[in-house]
Amino acid sequence: MARIIGALATSHIPAIGGAIAKGLEEDPYWKPFFDGFGPARDWIRREKPDVAIVFYNDHGLNFFLDKMPTFAVGAAPEYRNDDEGWGIPTLPPFKGAPDLSWAIINHLVDREFDIVTCQEMLVDHAFTLPIKLFWPEGGGPLTVPVCINTVQFPLPSAKRCVALGRAVGEAVAAWAGDKKVVMIGSGGLSHQLDGQRAGFINKPFDLKFMQSMIDEPEWAAQYSIHELVEKTGTQGIELLNWLAARAAAPGPVHKVHSNYHIPISNTAAGMLALEAA
Amino acid sequence: MSASREIFGTTPFDGAMAQRGYALNKMCFSFNNAANRAAFKADEEAYMRAYGLNDEQAKAIRGRDVLGLLAAGGNVYYLAKFAGILGLDVQDLGAAQTGMSKEAFKARLVAQNEQPETM
Repeated sequence: MARIIGALATSHIPAIGGAIAKGLEEDPYWKPFFDGFGPARDWIRREKPDVAIVFYNDHGLNFFLDKMPTFAVGAAPEYRNDDEGWGIPTLPPFKGAPDLSWAIINHLVDREFDIVTCQEMLVDHAFTLPIKLFWPEGGGPLTVPVCINTVQFPLPSAKRCVALGRAVGEAVAAWAGDKKVVMIGSGGLSHQLDGQRAGFINKPFDLKFMQSMIDEPEWAAQYSIHELVEKTGTQGIELLNWLAARAAAPGPVHKVHSNYHIPISNTAAGMLALEAA
Repeated sequence: MSASREIFGTTPFDGAMAQRGYALNKMCFSFNNAANRAAFKADEEAYMRAYGLNDEQAKAIRGRDVLGLLAAGGNVYYLAKFAGILGLDVQDLGAAQTGMSKEAFKARLVAQNEQPETM
């Protein structure tokens, strides 16, 4: 049987890709961000998860407004990255886990989630950067991308994203594959790129949210999307991916490590590594 | 929606905006491709015509007017690809939208560290 070993979460600012490519981890601007990953990387080296299920949002690489699924699940043998238009390096393909993908898809539809399934799926920085950050030496895990629409309103509610995550966790726990699985939530924390409110950051909310991921994982699901945009910014809403990832690793957890740093680019950057207790 | 009280300086990218901005966003989405970026740079007007931008959108593209592009239905994730062509990052966009210099905008971000730690 598969075993869910915990949940990881990180912000996914595109500039991180440039910083990795240029080897800027020790640069004074970047060091407080990258240093936060050390204990999480040690934990991953020790635990060696075989598969990562990555909850993320596409920013206009695979999905455009012509077809915008609320939830999409990858079911491909590999996932390619590609040119996103702003010059961050394109990464080599990531291996999929189609057996697990279909186990998840079957279970989600059984649970009445009307998802889109993708046998071809380009993955953008929101998927690739967490893998690069948590597995810096390469040799990353097999992957299953789960894409949540945070681009075009109406967005799925936080409560619905928690339910999605929970159902993914059920599917993994019931999967016959003898693998260690880690959940990854990608995005956030508070930031807003657009409009006169650009630059908005909400440190007290972010810190409360990070703590809630440990001991009260549905705390943020009390808020509507509108309230979450108000509290976290139009892009801070990406915390939906964290909520889903945490719900997919149910039960008590203990914190391996956390890090919070303002700012990277326009974003309050958060990192969290949780081990299933 | 909870009869959405407005959030200052924020326009949720909803169905109305997605319809209004479709041509503009579609053009920006095309900038994922290097050949398309080159074609735009070679002849911006022809490229905008090919994607059917309306006058408001074309004017905002010509003027590099970020708030104008948002008002014309642009979504920031796609507009970021246009900004990439111009060699601008999201802090340039933030500065342009808030009427600050880039240095002042960056300083304001750093100053957010002074917020309290608890709600």
